[in-house]
Amino acid sequence: MKHVIIGNSIACAGCIEGIRRISKEDEIIVISDEPYHIYSRPLISYWLSGKIPTEKIYYRPLDYYEKNKIKTILGKKAIKVDFEVQRVILEDGQEIEYDKLLIATGGKPFIPPIKGYPKESVFTFIKFDDVKRIDKELKPNINTVVVGAGLSGLKAAEALIKRGCKVKVVELANKILGSILDEFSAKKVKDYLEEKGIEFYLENSVVEILGKNKVERIILQKGEELKVDILIIAIGVIPNVDIFKDTPLKLRRGILVNERMETNINNVYAAGDVVESLDLITGNQRVIPILPNAYTQGKIAGINMAGGEAMYDGSFPINSIGFFDIHIMTGGINNPQENTEILEKWDEDTKIYKKIYIDDNKITGFIFINSFDRTGIIVDLMRKKVNISEIKHKILSDNFGLLDFPREFRREKIFGGV
Amino acid sequence: MKNPTKKRIFPKEEYCLGCHLCEIYCISAHSKEKNLVKLFKMPNRPYPRILVEEKEGEYITFALQCRHCDEPYCITACISGALQMDQNKHLIICDEEKCVGCWSCILVCPYGAIRRNDNKKIASKCDLCIERGIPACVENCPNEALELREV
Repeated sequence: MKHVIIGNSIACAGCIEGIRRISKEDEIIVISDEPYHIYSRPLISYWLSGKIPTEKIYYRPLDYYEKNKIKTILGKKAIKVDFEVQRVILEDGQEIEYDKLLIATGGKPFIPPIKGYPKESVFTFIKFDDVKRIDKELKPNINTVVVGAGLSGLKAAEALIKRGCKVKVVELANKILGSILDEFSAKKVKDYLEEKGIEFYLENSVVEILGKNKVERIILQKGEELKVDILIIAIGVIPNVDIFKDTPLKLRRGILVNERMETNINNVYAAGDVVESLDLITGNQRVIPILPNAYTQGKIAGINMAGGEAMYDGSFPINSIGFFDIHIMTGGINNPQENTEILEKWDEDTKIYKKIYIDDNKITGFIFINSFDRTGIIVDLMRKKVNISEIKHKILSDNFGLLDFPREFRREKIFGGV
Repeated sequence: MKNPTKKRIFPKEEYCLGCHLCEIYCISAHSKEKNLVKLFKMPNRPYPRILVEEKEGEYITFALQCRHCDEPYCITACISGALQMDQNKHLIICDEEKCVGCWSCILVCPYGAIRRNDNKKIASKCDLCIERGIPACVENCPNEALELREV
């Protein structure tokens, strides 16, 4: 059996490890347009800030491909898949046959039309190459602007501050981290980041990038003109499905798959930020571009590709993210419905914020800031849709833990295994 | 091929005194300093990889450590690749050199069994005392409230 994986990130690792559970001998070929050993994209901001050296950005040991008997074709882009004859066509014309194919092409940056784009020193913030290029131009005290106050935009901003740059962040919405925080906590986090030196321009956007070849200034929608040495566009990520447009592969926003991670085409699977999958909380199929999903979906695809049996049972958005000395964990919904019950507390001294959304006695979302030690218990209650009516009054307490559950529940949990 | 047995530590609530000695011995087992008094007074001493659950006003306590799940959520969520399954030993190991302290493992652990080592900003989790043989917490519990069992 010959497996081909397009993409060399987290879903790819999951797939390799899934295949190898079933077969130690099946042939595996990994194709990626990036020339690097498998690395972790969430670590690019850590690398840029100087927190980790290059050898730590790699997601698996350097002998990973060799140990797993993987053939790699790195630094070459797959430009087409001929599903009829089961071949992947590379940019240099080379054709790679497959018995089973995994599409794990991930996400690509969303860049809205901006007058004057592209220019030199205007970057995106997704890949290792992005931060390598940014790093070359970084000097203390230069003017940097990040467009987008989401997770990756603010990680970029944090790294730039740590490197001594002046940082301004432009965001279209009226709050930062709009996908994970509510108004109140977004304001608290914004205040904190302002103390750290980040300047925000909310409800604003970049309408024009000025400069000869290189960016020199930008004009914002509200009329401000900012001097810019480096501009980073980090508005969002969209599924990287370019090479599959106008093919028989079924797409909406992302690639559609069933619970075995199979697409509509025989022997073709997809996993990670490029697919739409079941949101357990809302019941909708959608792109949930988070790292644990990518790994798990890749693993399930791999097991099935190699002849095993595994099913993906859905997920929901979860995030663990820190900026300087604050840490935020969130999960599930962030838009309560009319009947949603809300538990909430804020402590001005400790800057601890906790909020839980409950629908029909089940937790449907949470925001925890600066206190998150046993959040996994909450996430597990959400996964299993546990009725929490009996423990509701304890759930926001400081040392919430397994002791808050009825004894039988706790015993089954500890002795029953996952 | 070697087929070592799979072992897990189980707490016994009815025997646990809540004395926290398991935490102290855990720290000692994972530290170069073996003298407990010196260890206790050490600045930046290592963190325990076990936690004692207790509540004010309640008599029940028990000690909890990583359950070493067969399909661990922590490994799937780890952004650095620090958490890995040691296939031969049936346990989950954290490579502390690789861990970046993103706390994604804490976000997903169904037991809340991974602690933060705030000194080093890395995950602090049970390794079943793989290098020591018998887990220090089990061996030193004064009331046999922790049991190592083959599963």
